[in-house]
Amino acid sequence: MDLYEYQGKQYFARYGIPTSPGAEADSVEEALEVAARIGYPVVLKAQVKVGGRGKAGGIKLAAGAEEVREHAAAILGMDIKGHTVHRLWIERSSEISREWYASFTLDRSAKKHLCMLSAKGGVDIEEVAASDPDAIVRRHIDPVEGLSAAQAADLVARAGLVEGLDEAEASSVSTQAAELLVKLYTCYVEGDCDLAEINPLILTTDGRVHALDAKVTLDDNASFRHADWADMAATDDMDERERLAREKGLQYVGLDGFVGIIANGAGLAMSTCDVVEQVGGEPANFLDIGGGANADQMANALEVINSDPKVRSIFINIFGGITRGEEVANGIVQALDRVELKAPIVIRLDGTNAEEGRSILAQEAAGRILSSPTMIEAARKAAELAGEPRVRTGGTSREGSVR
Amino acid sequence: MSVFVDETTKVVIQGLSPTSQGLYHGLRNRSYGTNIVAGTNPKRGGEVIEGIPVYATVTEAVEATGANASFISVPPPAAAAAIIEAAEAGVPFVVCITEGIPMHDEARAFNLLARDFPGTRLLGPNCPGIISAGKCNIGITSGDIALPGGPVGLVSRSGTVFYQALYELTLKGIGQTTGVGIGGDPVPGTSFMDVLAAFEEDPETRAILMIGEIGGSAEEQAAELIRDRITKPVVAYIAGVTAPPGRKMGHAGAIVSGTHGTAKAKMDALAAAGVTVAENPTEAGELMAEVVAKLG
Repeated sequence: MDLYEYQGKQYFARYGIPTSPGAEADSVEEALEVAARIGYPVVLKAQVKVGGRGKAGGIKLAAGAEEVREHAAAILGMDIKGHTVHRLWIERSSEISREWYASFTLDRSAKKHLCMLSAKGGVDIEEVAASDPDAIVRRHIDPVEGLSAAQAADLVARAGLVEGLDEAEASSVSTQAAELLVKLYTCYVEGDCDLAEINPLILTTDGRVHALDAKVTLDDNASFRHADWADMAATDDMDERERLAREKGLQYVGLDGFVGIIANGAGLAMSTCDVVEQVGGEPANFLDIGGGANADQMANALEVINSDPKVRSIFINIFGGITRGEEVANGIVQALDRVELKAPIVIRLDGTNAEEGRSILAQEAAGRILSSPTMIEAARKAAELAGEPRVRTGGTSREGSVR
Repeated sequence: MSVFVDETTKVVIQGLSPTSQGLYHGLRNRSYGTNIVAGTNPKRGGEVIEGIPVYATVTEAVEATGANASFISVPPPAAAAAIIEAAEAGVPFVVCITEGIPMHDEARAFNLLARDFPGTRLLGPNCPGIISAGKCNIGITSGDIALPGGPVGLVSRSGTVFYQALYELTLKGIGQTTGVGIGGDPVPGTSFMDVLAAFEEDPETRAILMIGEIGGSAEEQAAELIRDRITKPVVAYIAGVTAPPGRKMGHAGAIVSGTHGTAKAKMDALAAAGVTVAENPTEAGELMAEVVAKLG
């Protein structure tokens, strides 16, 4: 789960990471109240989970109430790359002396955590990585050993954050930066973050180090030990199909085609999309009902697919392992009773208890669904039922058209 | 021959209770012929469930039965501790199918094993397990889809495409030595490279089918190893050719960020390493049939 900037800053604050005083506001009136409370000048920042807010006019400085009124009215409701702004974060403006970058994430190839620290902050770090890779200092952190104060100090020294400062200030700033790194690592680990990133991490003109932005991704797998995360789960930036799917605990990604897809396991769901496309169809979605899905999950999945007006056929592709064939079949039968399906269903069912599943379908849903013995044949049938298949050029699809 | 497990493997099921997933799949594994020797459950030491003696700890189970592999399917909050308990008991091969373990738990467990228990190999988590066709099946794979006799070794990051690939081979009459599902989690205990190296060493494995998916760089790393050290023919399929960038396809592992982690990049890297690359699981089976025919 990606957090908004304001949520990220509030999360940072729990771990003692310094941020500017501020609060969120959902209306011009609230914005004026917040600004008056925290003191001018203030910065108004659009809360959307997408980069490039500044360029889009979503970040503005306000010296007084008139400017707050003007900017808040302009930013609230603004569209930034398809995301509508419903909320502002308003904080006291900072006098910036230096802008840096700091982050913690998992390096999957090294199987260890990775700290990245750079004196070149405030810009897109991927651009820095491409144009000036030496400007980013990296250190792997063993998850068993953790990050020590000495290692953090070493990172700060190697990144050259305090280069050019006088001795007294350099010492104070180094200490603050190293302490902040240790706190950020604690937040990353104890807060179960997949990513904890500060860009920019700033040095103010009066010598304080603090986080001017916050990019936090929480690990959804750890939600069982963070009861408070439920309050932060925002669904307002999802499309309607995705919101419905999430409510039902399904992994769903909306695509642009016409064949609704339900499969078990992320790999098979992706593979199903691939095969549908290769036989000339266009997947309407990716939907993974998950491992060990039961009848109810299958019925929910069909309801979600059914809510998508673009869907002209439904391809259910199940290879049972932990998922059991009879549960899948029962779910389909339940769904057929529960909802009026708008599109025909093609199913391919193999693996654990597939025989039982197939016989349930033969008895309870005969004539209402089409069964196919192989994944590729089922894909062809589903694409055909969806009609108007694209003729694929290139690739190795051996059939130009399914008709 | 097979890799990691065979007919001499003795399995302890951790977290065994009458209603556990471990019992359901453990009994399926047993009917396949797997030697299930024990279960563990701190509250049920001394009980016998479906003929399986239960011990309070893995250490006791190992002492009493000589178990040399463990099967973990406990819920996510308890899974990392179960892996570490198996390692502390000296179990050399641990299969963990649990899906949804927090990343930080997984990263700690992996690195703790690497540092303190180098004699323990972890397979998974979030994987279908391992099947040595006709000999031993630990995990959730439906045993009837595997065909004994070799000559193909199968390794897969995706779980359900693992089944699909096994089945495609079996439908074509191509047997398997071992099928290994490494799982799609961020920190898998056993990597493509570990399994590829094991298949290279195994005389009965004469060709390798590798199933990858989008996200990360495990397939690119495997491609380097294949180019440098694997002499046996390899066929590969990468799931997610049509996946849109920037979206998590079901789990954190499967995500294309920018140009990184795309199926295309992985397919290119594998092709450049001399791997025969298929566009879908069915074609992977067909291409493997051609490879096997040439083995003579």
